[in-house]
Amino acid sequence: MTTQSETGLVAAPAARPVGTPRHHVIIFFVLLALLLIAPFVLYPVFVMKVLCFALFASALNLLLGFGGLLSFGHAAFFGSASYVAAHAAKVWGLNPEIAILLGVGAAALLGLGIGALAIRRQGIYFAMVTLAFAQMVYFIAVQAPFTGGEDGIQAVPRGRLFGVIDLSSDFTLYFVVLTIVVAALLGIYRIIHSPFGQVLKAIRDNEPRSISLGYKVDRYKLAVFVMSASLAGLAGATKAIVFQLSSLTDVYWSMSGEVVLMTLLGGMGTVFGPLVGAAVIITMENYLAGFGAWVTVIQGVIFVASVMLFREGIIGVIAKWLKKPL
Amino acid sequence: MKLPILILATAASLLMAGTAMATDIKIGVLNDRSGTYADLSGEGSVIAARMAVEDFDAATKGINVEIVSADHQNKPDIASTIAREWYDQDGVDMIADVPTSSAAFAVNDVTRDKNKIFMDSGAGSADLTGSKCSPNTVHWTYDTWALAHGTGSAMVQEGFKKWFFITADYAFGQALEKDTSAVVTAAGGEVLGAVRHPFPGTDFSSYLLQAQASGAQVIGLANAGGDTVNTIKQAAEFGITQAGQSLAGLLIFITDVHALGLETAQGLVLTEAFYWDLNDETRAWSKRFAEQNGGNMPTMVQAGVYGSVLHYLKAVEATGGKDTAALMDWMKANPSQDPLFGEGTIRADGRHVHDMYLFKVKSPAESKGPWDYYNLMATIPAKDAFRPLAEGGCDLVK
Repeated sequence: MTTQSETGLVAAPAARPVGTPRHHVIIFFVLLALLLIAPFVLYPVFVMKVLCFALFASALNLLLGFGGLLSFGHAAFFGSASYVAAHAAKVWGLNPEIAILLGVGAAALLGLGIGALAIRRQGIYFAMVTLAFAQMVYFIAVQAPFTGGEDGIQAVPRGRLFGVIDLSSDFTLYFVVLTIVVAALLGIYRIIHSPFGQVLKAIRDNEPRSISLGYKVDRYKLAVFVMSASLAGLAGATKAIVFQLSSLTDVYWSMSGEVVLMTLLGGMGTVFGPLVGAAVIITMENYLAGFGAWVTVIQGVIFVASVMLFREGIIGVIAKWLKKPL
Repeated sequence: MKLPILILATAASLLMAGTAMATDIKIGVLNDRSGTYADLSGEGSVIAARMAVEDFDAATKGINVEIVSADHQNKPDIASTIAREWYDQDGVDMIADVPTSSAAFAVNDVTRDKNKIFMDSGAGSADLTGSKCSPNTVHWTYDTWALAHGTGSAMVQEGFKKWFFITADYAFGQALEKDTSAVVTAAGGEVLGAVRHPFPGTDFSSYLLQAQASGAQVIGLANAGGDTVNTIKQAAEFGITQAGQSLAGLLIFITDVHALGLETAQGLVLTEAFYWDLNDETRAWSKRFAEQNGGNMPTMVQAGVYGSVLHYLKAVEATGGKDTAALMDWMKANPSQDPLFGEGTIRADGRHVHDMYLFKVKSPAESKGPWDYYNLMATIPAKDAFRPLAEGGCDLVK
């Protein structure tokens, strides 16, 4: 035991990355190359869906994996941003980028409100508070006249980006969505590896200790909650423009559960895990759709298997093999 | 000089004959295959579509029809994704069925974008041929206007003048209540009140007690699916129909009655577009259908899939191709004729118009066996059954 911890101590300074670890850069460029080829091989709308959910899962991962806060109500941010963006694009006739920004703004405000109340509680109570607020948002979405209730907001125009670029072609839209998602993912990466991110990890691992070190823990928690909500909103607003639709599915609690599943399956607290988790779940939903209700059962079995056999998630296990953080 | 022209002409005619001889058609049946509406649409609708292809004898007429199906789980986003993928990737020419109005609206929009054809049977919203009407959509079987109007006016005429509503508190339920109230008042009836329940609801006892105390002759159920079924079950526990009040289901299908059982559902009044036991032709067809569908009789939605696919195939044969505009023009210009709906027409707004029927659910004593559920109260002639063309607010109507 002692030798092990000693070697660990000795090895630690050498292994500690200065700047961005090289394998992250390599993986990033391989991923980017794959995503640039993807629309020529796969159906672009499907890949856009994967991208939106990858961003959504990464937003949750920022909160869950690095902030240690399990939110069961992220659909509220995803869905409300999608409603606001759809409404702005359809009824107010705004450009898609403005509509998406408005959606993100709405999600951030909502995140500020819900977060300010929810972070006062911890663990399961935090999860329950977020779930309760998400259900309130759901019922508002059912009742409010502008959401269209059961029908949702449909036939949302994709419009022209900056008033110039016509987005009606799936290919053009794909590269716009890719840009948005990659930029947001790089932003998340930056947050995780900033001093702010280090403090978050400290709070996650030992909150009383962080308080005793003089950090204003609540402010950090609220900040990461709002960031996570805004990014979830970005995913939701983008999805509304891609599918030209925002519906109750986006705010329903099962959407919150699905994104938690994606994050856990891919690997909570890893950078690339949520992307893999989202890709796996969305692919399953798409290609197993013929099995109907069995998709949920299959997802459940996979979830149980992942909890029993590889608790760190797909990427978590690979990272353990490689002995490198992914 | 003449020879090349002759050769060209022969080549051209051969080419045209070639296309006319073998038309490949792909029909997508998109509906609920696992949830609430799986029994009333689901695999049964696929069987109905297949029977339409067989009865039309498509193969000998040189039309190769392939039928694909998928589950939209009653969600508009999934419906829109599948429809998009079918049109873009899989070469589907026509989508049929699509229950759940929100999903149908999604398919309606995608179909218009991609200029294909959508023949809806399962969805209820009258907006499909009203404010959201599309030159690419036909709405075949029923709509909320027809159901509300049929049940409302026919019951008032039968002497049930005092109404009370139990309404699901969201856009759909409120619209259903508003439409039916208007019909009831216009026909000389009286609406004593209404109570709204949260959607989806589980406990309806307090609403039922209010309805019972209101002194109304009819309790109108302006809700759908599981809510309606639960309301009816709990009404049976309170003995509401036995005490002399009638329940009027505004959106209820024969499969709901089958699931409830006659003991619970007896006395319920409802409007449908089709019942298997209407005449010899419907009985013969339904017998064939039931043999393939595990003994279950067809619903009006499944019957509508049969009728719409049959009419579509006739249009393909007549126009000799799959040009969307030509097919839609042909379908609207020519009356439909099939054993299930008899004669019908498709209006400019896409509404298929045919007779509707008002039924009363039999008591267990009256019923001779499984699926013998309805007594015919009245036939609503096609001209009165659906919303007048001018009132829908459809842009296609000038």
